[in-house]
Amino acid sequence: MSSKNIVLHVADVSKRFGGLKALTDVDLSVAEGTVHAIIGPNGAGKSTLLNVCIGRIRPDQGHVVFAGTTLDQQRPHEINQLGVSRVFQTPEIFPDLSLLDNVMIPAFAKRDGAYRFHALQSVESESEIREAAEFHLGDVGLLERRHQLAGSLSRGDKRRLELAMCLIQKPKLLLLDEPTAGMSRHDTNMTIELLKRIKARGMTKVIIEHDMHVVFSLADRVSVLAQGRIIADGLPDEVRGNPKVKEAYLGEAHA
Amino acid sequence: MALNLSKQDWLLFLGFALVVLTMPITLQPLGAAYPALMQKFCIFGIFALGFNILFGLTGYLSFGHAAFIGIGSYAAVWMFKLLTMNALPAIFFSMIVAGLVAVVIGYVALRRSGIYFSILTLAFAQMFYNLAYSVLTPLTNGETGLQLTLNDPRMLDNMAGAATGGLPRVELFGIGLSGGGYAGFYFCAVILILCFFFAIKIFRSPFGLMLRALKSNQNRMRYTGFNNRPYLLAAFVISGVYAGLAGSLMAVTDPLAGAERMQWTASGEVVLMTILGGAGTLVGPILGAAVIKYFENIFSAFNEQTLHRIFDFLPDSIENPLVSVLSLFVGEGWHLTLGVIFVLIVIFLPGGIMEGFRRLSGLFNRGGGGGKPAVASHPQPAE
Repeated sequence: MSSKNIVLHVADVSKRFGGLKALTDVDLSVAEGTVHAIIGPNGAGKSTLLNVCIGRIRPDQGHVVFAGTTLDQQRPHEINQLGVSRVFQTPEIFPDLSLLDNVMIPAFAKRDGAYRFHALQSVESESEIREAAEFHLGDVGLLERRHQLAGSLSRGDKRRLELAMCLIQKPKLLLLDEPTAGMSRHDTNMTIELLKRIKARGMTKVIIEHDMHVVFSLADRVSVLAQGRIIADGLPDEVRGNPKVKEAYLGEAHA
Repeated sequence: MALNLSKQDWLLFLGFALVVLTMPITLQPLGAAYPALMQKFCIFGIFALGFNILFGLTGYLSFGHAAFIGIGSYAAVWMFKLLTMNALPAIFFSMIVAGLVAVVIGYVALRRSGIYFSILTLAFAQMFYNLAYSVLTPLTNGETGLQLTLNDPRMLDNMAGAATGGLPRVELFGIGLSGGGYAGFYFCAVILILCFFFAIKIFRSPFGLMLRALKSNQNRMRYTGFNNRPYLLAAFVISGVYAGLAGSLMAVTDPLAGAERMQWTASGEVVLMTILGGAGTLVGPILGAAVIKYFENIFSAFNEQTLHRIFDFLPDSIENPLVSVLSLFVGEGWHLTLGVIFVLIVIFLPGGIMEGFRRLSGLFNRGGGGGKPAVASHPQPAE
């Protein structure tokens, strides 16, 4: 792959928490329009890596470069405004608001920027944003429940809601932290179908996943993280056959 | 564009305006239909309405909003002294000064949330109280309070050659507003109605939605691309301006200003009003303000004789013990009544009086509409 269509470049990033080396010299390139899966055993540093990408954690060393911009000094909302959205491992939604409001709010951020004092307009008259929100709620199968409060959803549904909230922003890069954890097999398959559809729209994705079924049905490229280091990086089939990976990660599951 | 409301909101607004403007008639049976009390309803209604834009929408509990009341009052009285007895310049000036102070306090206090924010606002309010009480005596006249005098320059009035014997009254183009007349009440009522309209607009706007979202999950807001601080600051300043406006109306209806208006008990009172009526609802805080002011003025005037007159029909053996128990709750003891009501509401109706109304109407809808299916778990619009 040529360097000009690298969307996300994590360059030699290290991060320590006290005595714990969470990430050590992690180097990762994600090409435009691909689905890049990051797998690895629990505590390998996968979520820390995503946290570095969205500005929640600052790396001790190294840089994260997104679409030509270094993210080191950017604040979380600025990184989002550049085009990075994230689905969290524990769904981060607005539990006290309706599903429709939940999905409309990110659309406002996309249209109006980080701050706008639109106190005299009315939400009622924002038909364009409402229609977009209804479309994306339909995409994740929650349209009929749009007037329900988001806090009343099951964990799997919250995750799908959060996915819709990210998708409505049409991000250049979507970070997914275990998007199917806590979902039934049926819902997992629905989510895979949804993610495949989005892939057809050309959105770049980084996905952390434990479910190998999900990883191998979606990913174009897989990186394996173990104890804060990348131990393998390549096409799904190459990674699957790599003995180091089997030992560090798949070995646990397939022993 | 700025005037578009949905049909329900127009109904709500017009209904509200009607209720406020007909108070002199409808409050007769309650004994509250005198202008001095009704204008208190309006003034504290504005205060609570603004407070609710901060507390009800964003969840940030300020314990120092009385500071803005005091600042508004002082600013208004200074305008009366220096410029003119016309109410409008005083009101605008008060709103601007309160807004500027709110920017400063908000900028510092909003660096923290939760209890720390509350404590910071409380600290600021106490500082302002002490400034007004002692340090800034030349500006505030300290303990005595700021009053009009015969020697005030009143530059605009004197240029117009308005020669008056004695202290002038606050007026609006010739109509006297101070002194407890109906003009003063209607002036406050119209401003309350305007404030209510603006509050509806904020509640229904994308801005209002963002404030509610901030209350619900600040992290998600951040990672959704919002800069949270300016939203919070804007809400804080709006509520500060509302409070400044309320403070200036106190000065309009009675042109003096004292430091006791800024005391922390006054800040606490608006919290009670908002929670009692229903935080986050449009009408609730105003209702809460009216209830508290009603108790403060009517219940506190009851004494044992009044109670004896009310329970005259009972035999003496019942009447005397009953009156001696109830007399604890009236007169000086009105705080006790208020406290009991507050405790009952918070325990049984955490959503305040407005939640009571909603439950009642829900009860009637279920009982009356036999054919209609009950709409369960439908989100209630804030009203």
